[in-house]
Amino acid sequence: MEFALQKLPVIVLLIPMLSFLVLAFFGNKIPRGGDWLATTLLFLNLAFSGFILFAFGTAGRYEMNVDWIDLGGAIPGAAKFLAGFQIDALTAVMLVVVNAISAFVHLYSVKYMEGDAKYKKYFSYLGLFTFSMLGLVLTNSILLMYVFWELVGLSSYLLIGFWYEKKAPQEAAKKAFIVNRIGDAGFLLGILIIFLTIGAFTFTDIFAGVEAGKLAGGALTAAGILLFCGAVGKSAQFPLHVWLPDAMEGPTPVSALIHAATMVAAGVYLVARIFVMLSADALTVVTFIGVITAFISATIALTQNDIKKVLAYSTISQLGYMIMAIGVGAYSYGFFHLVTHAFFKACLFLTAGSVIVGMHHIQDIREMGGLRKKMPVTFYTFLMATLAISGVPLTSGFLSKDAILASTLAFAGVNGGITIIVPILAFGVAGLTAFYMFRLLIITFLGEPKNQEKFDHCHESPAQMTIPLIILAVLSFFAFFSLNPFSADSGWFLNMVSMPESILAGTKGAIYHILPLDEFKEHLHHAHNTAMILSLAISGIGILTAFVFYYWKKVNVDKLAESIKPLYNFSLNKWYFDELYDKTAVAFTMGISKLSAWIDNKIVDGIVNGAATVTRGFSKYTGLFDNVFVDGLVNLTGGIVGAFGLLFRKFQTGKIQTYIAFLVFGILILYFVFRVF
Amino acid sequence: MEIGLTHYLVLGAILFGLGLFAMISRRNAILVLMGIELILNAANINLVAFSRYNGLGVDGQVVSIFVIILAVAEAAIALGIVLNLYNNFATVDIDEANTMKD
Amino acid sequence: MIEFKLLGIGVLSWMVFLPVLGMIVLLLMPKSAEKYLKYITVGFTSVMVVLAIVMMTIYDPSKAGINSLAGFQFVEKLNWIDIPAYLWDGRIKIEYFLGVDGISFPMVLLTALISLIGAIASFSVKRNEKGYYTMYLFLVSGMMGVFVALDFFLFFVFWEIMLLPMYFLIGIWGGERREYAAIKFFLYTFFGSAFILVVMIGLYFSSKDPETGLHTFNMLTLMDPRTLPADSLFGMLNETWRLLAFVSLFIGFAIKVPAFPFHTWLPDAHVEAPTAISVILAGVLLKMGTYGMLRISWSIFPDGAKYFMVPIAIIAAINIIYGALCAMAQKDFKKLIAYSSISHMGYVMLGMASLTAIGISGAVFQMFNHGTITAVLFLSVGVIYDRAHTRGLNDFGGLANKMPKYFAVLIVAFFASIGLPGLSAFISETFIFIGGFTNHFIRVVAIISMLGIILNAAYVLWTIQRLFFGTLPEKWNGLTDISARELISTVPLLVIVVVLGIFPSYMLDLMKSSVNLLVNFIWGIN
Repeated sequence: MEFALQKLPVIVLLIPMLSFLVLAFFGNKIPRGGDWLATTLLFLNLAFSGFILFAFGTAGRYEMNVDWIDLGGAIPGAAKFLAGFQIDALTAVMLVVVNAISAFVHLYSVKYMEGDAKYKKYFSYLGLFTFSMLGLVLTNSILLMYVFWELVGLSSYLLIGFWYEKKAPQEAAKKAFIVNRIGDAGFLLGILIIFLTIGAFTFTDIFAGVEAGKLAGGALTAAGILLFCGAVGKSAQFPLHVWLPDAMEGPTPVSALIHAATMVAAGVYLVARIFVMLSADALTVVTFIGVITAFISATIALTQNDIKKVLAYSTISQLGYMIMAIGVGAYSYGFFHLVTHAFFKACLFLTAGSVIVGMHHIQDIREMGGLRKKMPVTFYTFLMATLAISGVPLTSGFLSKDAILASTLAFAGVNGGITIIVPILAFGVAGLTAFYMFRLLIITFLGEPKNQEKFDHCHESPAQMTIPLIILAVLSFFAFFSLNPFSADSGWFLNMVSMPESILAGTKGAIYHILPLDEFKEHLHHAHNTAMILSLAISGIGILTAFVFYYWKKVNVDKLAESIKPLYNFSLNKWYFDELYDKTAVAFTMGISKLSAWIDNKIVDGIVNGAATVTRGFSKYTGLFDNVFVDGLVNLTGGIVGAFGLLFRKFQTGKIQTYIAFLVFGILILYFVFRVF
Repeated sequence: MEIGLTHYLVLGAILFGLGLFAMISRRNAILVLMGIELILNAANINLVAFSRYNGLGVDGQVVSIFVIILAVAEAAIALGIVLNLYNNFATVDIDEANTMKD
Repeated sequence: MIEFKLLGIGVLSWMVFLPVLGMIVLLLMPKSAEKYLKYITVGFTSVMVVLAIVMMTIYDPSKAGINSLAGFQFVEKLNWIDIPAYLWDGRIKIEYFLGVDGISFPMVLLTALISLIGAIASFSVKRNEKGYYTMYLFLVSGMMGVFVALDFFLFFVFWEIMLLPMYFLIGIWGGERREYAAIKFFLYTFFGSAFILVVMIGLYFSSKDPETGLHTFNMLTLMDPRTLPADSLFGMLNETWRLLAFVSLFIGFAIKVPAFPFHTWLPDAHVEAPTAISVILAGVLLKMGTYGMLRISWSIFPDGAKYFMVPIAIIAAINIIYGALCAMAQKDFKKLIAYSSISHMGYVMLGMASLTAIGISGAVFQMFNHGTITAVLFLSVGVIYDRAHTRGLNDFGGLANKMPKYFAVLIVAFFASIGLPGLSAFISETFIFIGGFTNHFIRVVAIISMLGIILNAAYVLWTIQRLFFGTLPEKWNGLTDISARELISTVPLLVIVVVLGIFPSYMLDLMKSSVNLLVNFIWGIN
């Protein structure tokens, strides 16, 4: 057990790094570019992390630190930067989730990426990503978390832009990185506030510092919101959600791994990690950002026609759910939803990949239809995952989603007033989710084929692809998380991940802090049944509507869309967020950049060159002055001397006799002169 | 009237003045040379006179003999130059021998 | 006292004058040996690197230096110019005084390293090689001298010496507008030197060595408040004159950094200079400005540093943001890197303006990191320019598949330059931000400067996209991937970048005691 907690996490972290390094440097020398190596290593890693989870279950929390940077005694208390890892419930669970999905995606990609020119590069990037993601969940220091946070951003950038020959992936990769950087700048600022006030980076020290009141009041709220900015970027929350749909330009297994199951959930993980230090105001912000995101993206998903885009918006929507859940205080439910969502959303993306391969790289659902007959395995796994995401009973999604919905009711019940909007939107989103997911399912798999030629060539995917699908679909059953199909409260998962008490002594302000935890739980208990009935009804209505619209075609959808054209277009064009940002932020930055360059060239450098010109112009006048006046004086002196010379020249006759005569006279003159004086 | 040092010195001065005059005014090289000889002899007279009246023993005589010998040598060389001058310019007028000027 | 002598001559003298020795060897080589000149240059600079590594093994990081002679290492102190009392005021005594501490030692390492890299990168020079390598070694000697001199006069001599070879290297071996760029560089920096000279002379005449009673140029003595009598020009009571002196010195050094608005010589000089000289220019020369600030302005005029920390931080922030914005608008690859240098040197100034140990550590570390990273970037510009004879970013595209190794090298360097964690610049930038944030006078400026990390990412990613992504234009089908020689000059630097990113202590430990002492000295804590 000791080994499993103390040494194994490091090994688990380094194995994907090894995979990355081997493939990056020796990929050309290994047969098949080392895909089998990477996949084997990942499955090994999965086994290890399962063991860590088990060890945690029996032995409990473990944390270790080493000195990373020591700056000497200059800054009291903050001279040392520690590096280390911790194994707690969040980490142990995340290790398994990340490794599991990464391993399945590796396996799946062997077939999916077959024949790609950059096949080995792809697997090395996957290794890099897995390494960074594992580091992110393992570390116990917020600074190191930022380190890995950025590294997952890098691997995401590389993988989104994997097919960089085409224009769209380039742009999408760039957009993803920059939008994430905006969130990360806030994250870093939050870290700075924490460092400044508490002087430490490890979560343990930070929480201890907050508990001791070193960071309190407005600064605490600001720190919480700034840290949350990082989550807003990474988990694609409003208003930084625009990068995620574009990120679908990457290979589909990557979308499943990074942009659905793991990396985008890092934001949720972060919020869960710092949950105990979030002040009431910060939690309010978290809640509303989450619910707004969930709602906006659900409305956008209604009208999208690209299979991956629908799933992308559904991912954003579900992430909003998780964020909202943590915001309302349903910490463990939010995290629970993260885990269940990771499995069924990965399953959805991988089935979408299977469809895309089957349809020979068509992604538009309007060209699909009737695929159930051609791709039965894909269909049933897709159906399973769709049921889960729609919150149909007996699925894992039902357990987590229902709990979240109940929490929103409890939240509104506790707080009253305007907060009632949170459960209303949350339930609305549940209905929308059911509707658009079944719309996707019906259009894609049921009905008649729209593109006969493509349909004829369509085929079921090979086993390497379907096996991960089946496993992930099976994992969407309730039984893996709780034996009670209607509540996970007594299941192993929620027993392990129990909600921590807030450490904010004396600041039990709004939200659930108003009341002792027990009281919140009381509300929750009452809300539970209401929530279940409501959510079942709403999901049922959503699913039914989808069938009415798209399967039985009782309503002419096109006509309906025509009649609410502005709304329809608003949704189809994603609420015009991209256009808005292009017109404002991007245009402003580019404009100011051009302006700066112009200023630099014309004004700043102009002054320098102008100074040079002025100096040269001035030098012309000084030159003239020099020539006429200064040099004139010199020449005058010379002239005078010359004139005298001419005069004296007369005496130089060249005749010795003259000289002698002068000599004699000279002597006589001297004689008289000396005689006189 | 007793003949004294002054008389010799006056004689020397007259001789020197004549020699100087000849040197400055004559254009014939031979005459210039003769002027030089006069100046030298004026010096000789002075030397001998000082020697006699100022109790210098024979020093003055020795120097004057030196000067006489020097004058001979000088005359020989100078006459050689004059001869060459005549050969080159067909005259002994020193004003004509001005080719080194300018 | 730690010493290291070879043939009875101290190692620092070797470091400074080995290149001069190399110059002599080069000049003595017959015409027929022209093709060996580059190897001789590489040989001499390699010896410098070896010496630097040996020095690193015996360097004692616990000694602080700054204002105590005992804390300096490898010290050499000899009388250089000694004119006895004469008609005018007193006796003139100038010392040949060399030594390193935690602030200069990283710079010495950097100079040795970049000199070698620059020598390897110079192989593509084909015109008048003898002149080129002679000037190159002369330049190296001057740069090394600046970082090890502890006598202000000696410092100034080295500072000026290095201008001359630089002028010729740009003016003769440069690009199309080389003469304009060389003259601009020379005059601009010379203009800055005048400001330094004025203060140097003023300090000399204000000073009175407490032990000998003479005027002095010794920087360590000048840091001692007793050296400047209260009634002298730069004495502690003459606050106005001291602040003026600080401003004057700052302008002199800021031109070299270069700080806004004195930066416009840099893009021109970079664009016109040959690759190796750009590497030296960005890798080492710019650091002389910030190093001079720390060594002279901050140490001798700590009151000025405290008084002006907000304006300096604002200038730094302008450098960061304005540099990044200008970089974004460039179409010339080299000019873009030049502007990014301006932006990154802004971080250094921000860290120094924070006057905190962590900020100044970050600044010194950033000086080193910027040296290594920008060197790789300029080398990479050279790689593409040597092949394509153009640097227009819009002329390229799709190079990633054509030149995969080049892509790998450049992408690591680019991400290092935007401060990606795991690479060295992240640590230094973070330290600088922490430092700026800790000092509550400049906190707002530090927060605004964080815009820089977004803008940096934006232009770097855009550059990567324009160079590497998309489809390869027909005309570049003949391009070859980065050669072995070019890999030799870039990969070691990248290895350093990665290693220092993961284990920053290797570098931070060298400087921490010095930085701590400096900060305590500035704030008057003993």
